[in-house]
Amino acid sequence: MNDLVTMTASQLSALMASGQTSAREVTEAHLAQIAAIEADVAAFLSVDSAGARRQADAVDARRAAGDALGPLAGVPIAVKDIFAYRGLPTTCGSKMLDGWMSPYDATVVKRTLDAGMVVVGKTNMDEFAMGSSTENSGYQTTHNPWDLDRVPGGSGGGSAAALAAFEAPLALGTDTGGSIRQPASVTGTVGVKPTYGGNSRYGVVAMASSLDTPGPCARTVLDAALLHEAISGWDPMDSTSINRPVPPVVEAARRADVKGLRLGVVKEFAGEGYQPGVMRRFEEALVALEGMGAQLVEVSCPHFAYALGAYYLIMPSEVSSNLARFDAMRYGVRVGDDGARDVEEVTALSREAGFGDEVKRRIIIGTYALSAGYYDAYYGSAQKVRTLIKRDFEAAFAQADALVSPTSPTTAWRLGERVDDPLAMYRADLCTIPSNLAGNAAISVPCGLSPDDDLPVGFQIMAPPLADDRLYLVAAALEGALDDARGGPLLAKLRSSVTGVKQPTLARQILDLAKEVEA
Amino acid sequence: MALSAQEVERLAKLARIDLTPEELERLAPQLDLIISSVATVSEVAGEDVGVTTHAVELSNVFRDDVVGSSLSSEAALSGAPVAEDGRFRVPRILGEES
Repeated sequence: MNDLVTMTASQLSALMASGQTSAREVTEAHLAQIAAIEADVAAFLSVDSAGARRQADAVDARRAAGDALGPLAGVPIAVKDIFAYRGLPTTCGSKMLDGWMSPYDATVVKRTLDAGMVVVGKTNMDEFAMGSSTENSGYQTTHNPWDLDRVPGGSGGGSAAALAAFEAPLALGTDTGGSIRQPASVTGTVGVKPTYGGNSRYGVVAMASSLDTPGPCARTVLDAALLHEAISGWDPMDSTSINRPVPPVVEAARRADVKGLRLGVVKEFAGEGYQPGVMRRFEEALVALEGMGAQLVEVSCPHFAYALGAYYLIMPSEVSSNLARFDAMRYGVRVGDDGARDVEEVTALSREAGFGDEVKRRIIIGTYALSAGYYDAYYGSAQKVRTLIKRDFEAAFAQADALVSPTSPTTAWRLGERVDDPLAMYRADLCTIPSNLAGNAAISVPCGLSPDDDLPVGFQIMAPPLADDRLYLVAAALEGALDDARGGPLLAKLRSSVTGVKQPTLARQILDLAKEVEA
Repeated sequence: MALSAQEVERLAKLARIDLTPEELERLAPQLDLIISSVATVSEVAGEDVGVTTHAVELSNVFRDDVVGSSLSSEAALSGAPVAEDGRFRVPRILGEES
């Protein structure tokens, strides 16, 4: 394995700025890694080698010409297939949009390109971002690089797996109920759900508009902050975009200081259903933070117990409305247009053929929750619970500067284990959903391997709306302390956990990588 | 409250999804289970609790009405299943008798 692919975005940036390597060399190294490992991991739905080389060469030419370049110019990035991008198909993981080429770029993608980042490909995801394992993709199953028999989380499992497999140092995701944070948690990577409205939704295929939040994915907290800063900020094309300065996230990630900070441990995120090894690593992380001067306080958020129920009414209701646009008239597959059938029949046949099970389940639940006679009992009640959850957060943030919990109750489960049990799948997002309902910022940062299965555990930090920088203060401090104690980043440990890997290529590459990182 | 197969069939029709009989059989019990597990939300909040429709406070935003760039009709039609004469071509929208 080429050592360029094991570097962080900020390391690559420094090497390119000093002329020790070029954007083209960095891109070639990552394309080679993708070619070597994709057969095992299957993180990408499409790879654009020619386009990536072109973008890299353009950055090198600008650097040679003496242009001022941003900190991420020339750094490769993987883009979740939910973002509109003119360079590659935008399928959103659905057969409904098989091969669809967007005629425009999402704002977040445009900012990524304007910052000089090199798009290497689009990553796999649960269909229309509906799922927690990426197994609901209409195209392929993505494998967790820590154990190829396990899920990479979801819906952004492709982006998270691409980072853990060193196919790209940065990735873009979207988080509606945990789709950035939960995959980060189970792959040992970093994922951030910024404050709702901090990042533009323009050009992001809509799932649940009041919850969808684009955000950065990376292998380190500083890299996530650099990407956060590059993509965030007001966008007049999104009516819910917040017209306020982006919080100083990069500065916070560099400062990495928790001295005097009050961290609220959410009492309700523990107990039945929480894997003992997850809780153990979580509690050790609390001790580490306390050792660095943070003050731990216990907080209670009694209505979080109803967050999952409220989410599975609000989100499907918005889904049923948003996905009505897939009517087989303006884009997407069209089935049964034989000249005899009318428009409604063709639409119903096309939606039957184009959508998978989970999408159908959610559309039907949303249709039910919004239908006459049930609206008040379901959708109306869920919106009231949303108010109660916001109040819980407000009360907790009065006692603490940030809240902490495990990101997900368990580590990565086996592929196939939950596909026939939607409720078990939904529970993976127990700890992440409240922040989507309330709109506050949250991050997942690795806190070690669970002692019971040697798989990554994620530590979640939640901050009040528009205080995204606090996430980075705490996460960077914890990352630094754990790296120091371990003698290197968590991903260097990939080697010890790959028991049962069938493909020798991956095992060999991981061994090589571990040696390099330890050296 | 039980969600019967007939009810799921009606909802699917409303949502314009032509479910097969096998799908109805498979999805109906799953949907019933999901609905009954989320129904507890109706027991939590009292009359005095207001609804939250959005995470952040929204207010109407005004801007000047200025001409800007937009997609060309070619670009807008580029992903259409069927296009004809610079327009989206759709199946008939009226019944045979109309």
